[in-house]
Amino acid sequence: MTTAEQKETPLDNIESVETVDVEALNTRVTGALYKKREKIFPRRVRGTFRSLKWLVMTITLAIYYLTPWLRWDRGGEAPDQAILIDIPARRFYFFFIEIWPQEIYYITGILVIAALALFLFTSVAGRIWCGYSCPQTVWVDLFLIIERFIEGDRNARIRLEKARWSLSKIAKRVAKHAIWLVIATLTGGAWVFYFADAPTLLVDLFTLQADEIAYITVAVLTATTYTFGGMAREQVCTYMCPWPRIQSAMIDEESLIISYQKHRGEPRGRGARREGLGDCVSCNQCVVVCPMGIDIRDGMQLECISCALCVDACNGIMDKTGKPRGLIGYNILANLDTGNALQRGRLRLLRPRTIMYGGLIAVVGAIMLAALVSRPTLELNLQRDRNPLFVSLSNGDIRNGYTLKILNKIHQTRHYRLQLDGLPGATVKVIGRDDGAARFTVKADRLASFRVLISTAKANLKSETTDITLRILDQADGTSAGNDTVFRGPHK
Amino acid sequence: MSEKKIDEVSGMETTGHDWDGIGELNSPLPRWWVWTYYLTILWAIGYWIAMPAWPLVSDYTRGMLGYSQRAQLSDQIAAVKAGQAELIARTAKASVADIKGNAELLEFALAGGRSAYAVNCVQCHGSGASGASGYPNLNDDDWLWGGTVEQIQATIQYGIRSEHDETRANEMPAFGRDEILNPQQVDEVSDYVMALSQNPDLAKTLPGKALYKEYCVDCHGAGGMGNQELGAPKLSDGIWLHEGGKPVVVDVITNSRSGMMPAWVNRLDAVTVKQLAVYVHSLGGGK
Repeated sequence: MTTAEQKETPLDNIESVETVDVEALNTRVTGALYKKREKIFPRRVRGTFRSLKWLVMTITLAIYYLTPWLRWDRGGEAPDQAILIDIPARRFYFFFIEIWPQEIYYITGILVIAALALFLFTSVAGRIWCGYSCPQTVWVDLFLIIERFIEGDRNARIRLEKARWSLSKIAKRVAKHAIWLVIATLTGGAWVFYFADAPTLLVDLFTLQADEIAYITVAVLTATTYTFGGMAREQVCTYMCPWPRIQSAMIDEESLIISYQKHRGEPRGRGARREGLGDCVSCNQCVVVCPMGIDIRDGMQLECISCALCVDACNGIMDKTGKPRGLIGYNILANLDTGNALQRGRLRLLRPRTIMYGGLIAVVGAIMLAALVSRPTLELNLQRDRNPLFVSLSNGDIRNGYTLKILNKIHQTRHYRLQLDGLPGATVKVIGRDDGAARFTVKADRLASFRVLISTAKANLKSETTDITLRILDQADGTSAGNDTVFRGPHK
Repeated sequence: MSEKKIDEVSGMETTGHDWDGIGELNSPLPRWWVWTYYLTILWAIGYWIAMPAWPLVSDYTRGMLGYSQRAQLSDQIAAVKAGQAELIARTAKASVADIKGNAELLEFALAGGRSAYAVNCVQCHGSGASGASGYPNLNDDDWLWGGTVEQIQATIQYGIRSEHDETRANEMPAFGRDEILNPQQVDEVSDYVMALSQNPDLAKTLPGKALYKEYCVDCHGAGGMGNQELGAPKLSDGIWLHEGGKPVVVDVITNSRSGMMPAWVNRLDAVTVKQLAVYVHSLGGGK
């Protein structure tokens, strides 16, 4: 079917398409430097992308609410929560990974990968993070379900908004805000479970035994969830979030964006007779379903979060009018200029930009994996006394002092033996051990500090400094950790 | 003020501000943004009323909530002290030897001793306890008044040549200044004392040996072994309270030198003194 043929066919079922008089919120204004916020009443829509969004919403909410309840046995007295950020004990648990404070670079790595993944997804598919999985989007959707359930769909909500205050309006509003507050509280409530043993904390929260900070966190997150998800909604995306402004640097003409096929739709117009008119019937359904309140036909816009609900709405209309789908759909900028619809295989995934982002993710991921696999369970940190550099003893011997910090990352108490290389004939004394043995005991999952004094006859020292190695050996399984240092004596 | 116009390229209105032909498009902010700004101003005024804010000539506005970081710090210190009460009580009852033998009390004493040392002792003995000329090095095993933990405790408590009745005290005569020995004899004794640590075999043949036996041996002992009962330094180990070297030895024999250490029993509580004793003993030279 050619375009010419389409235009000559009158649309006999145009009556079934509801036309709404509505203007995009970001229509250019003149006059004031500030404008009043216009409320948006997004209409419910059905379609592929809406179903996909429900699915993503279910998965992300399930991850958020259920994760703290996953258990993971680590043995010993270690916590059995799969994901736990234990701030008082300075430990981060993530399934089989356990991170000590000095290993915070693992978290840096995760954040770097997350940022690069965001860049990669954006350069391939535009703002899919915003449209599908951003918590703001997910929670606004959740809050909208409640609003729709209590107040009805778009038209009913507009009528209610305009109606005078009555008992039934008060009842609806109170019910809506009450449920919103419950959801907000549950959101804040779920957050704190990541920071303490979830079952214990749940009981503590209800018996008022939990820490003050837990209640403060729940209260703050309840307030922000309620405000951002229920009240502020699209204002968060347009005015607070920096991502819409950064994204323009991330996309290029090969990135997927939601777009309107201007060459096919224009000139738009209503009515059954289509001579000289495009496929757009000016029903404005794409505008009324938009959670951002914009008109996608105005082109690419800062406000658009790429949620694809206008695609579903327009496809529904095209089905009714008997026109092909895709008047509004995912497309790349390059095609908009040439007027081509997106064809399969036309999406160029391999571009310098995506290769660079993908490569960086692979590099950072490989570094982190290597670091994780080779992560030692025993570490020895060594600090040589600098003040004084050495001590002369009354029998002429020279003594050096060292502070040993032993990190036992195993969930078992371990015993270690000290081995000194590079200084034959030296004597080793551990402060606090009267039996003279150079042995240490470190409790499970702990760092312990010991002071060690090494003495030797002056004759044993060939020069001012002698290279030595201190090594600790785990007597149970032979694991060892060592560090190089020096032994200092008087100037020769 | 300025003239708003429609920008030809974008079709948008400008704000009317014009800088040499450069204008700014008007993208209106939401009104709530302005209200939020006013709200922050109100918050600031509320803050001035509630919290300490404005400096005055000799004071400051204290605010209605009475918040004070200093008071908060005192509270936190008091809370920590309260948490230590049990360990402090046990330390008070224990002898220094008991503390050394108990891992928990030892750890507490070493931590407490370290911080007390940093406040009270570093001025003379140095932050690394390596002393200075006239101020003994506490790391080595050469002790003037004894290096057992009890002896160290007694030295800290009563001081050396302090105002306390039980102070450790001694006095070396100024052999040269008081003309007990003539300069030639002082020189001979100094040679002998230097040789005690540097070349004991040579020392036996030196003329100063006879003078040493006559004037020095009562306190410093045969062969310069020293006497901790009297606080007489050991002369045979090459560790010098004042800088080593013959000129200093000549000066000490001629004029005598004596240092002073306060009696800390008057300044610190018994628990802190015990902790200091255990800490100093742990530095490496303790007997």
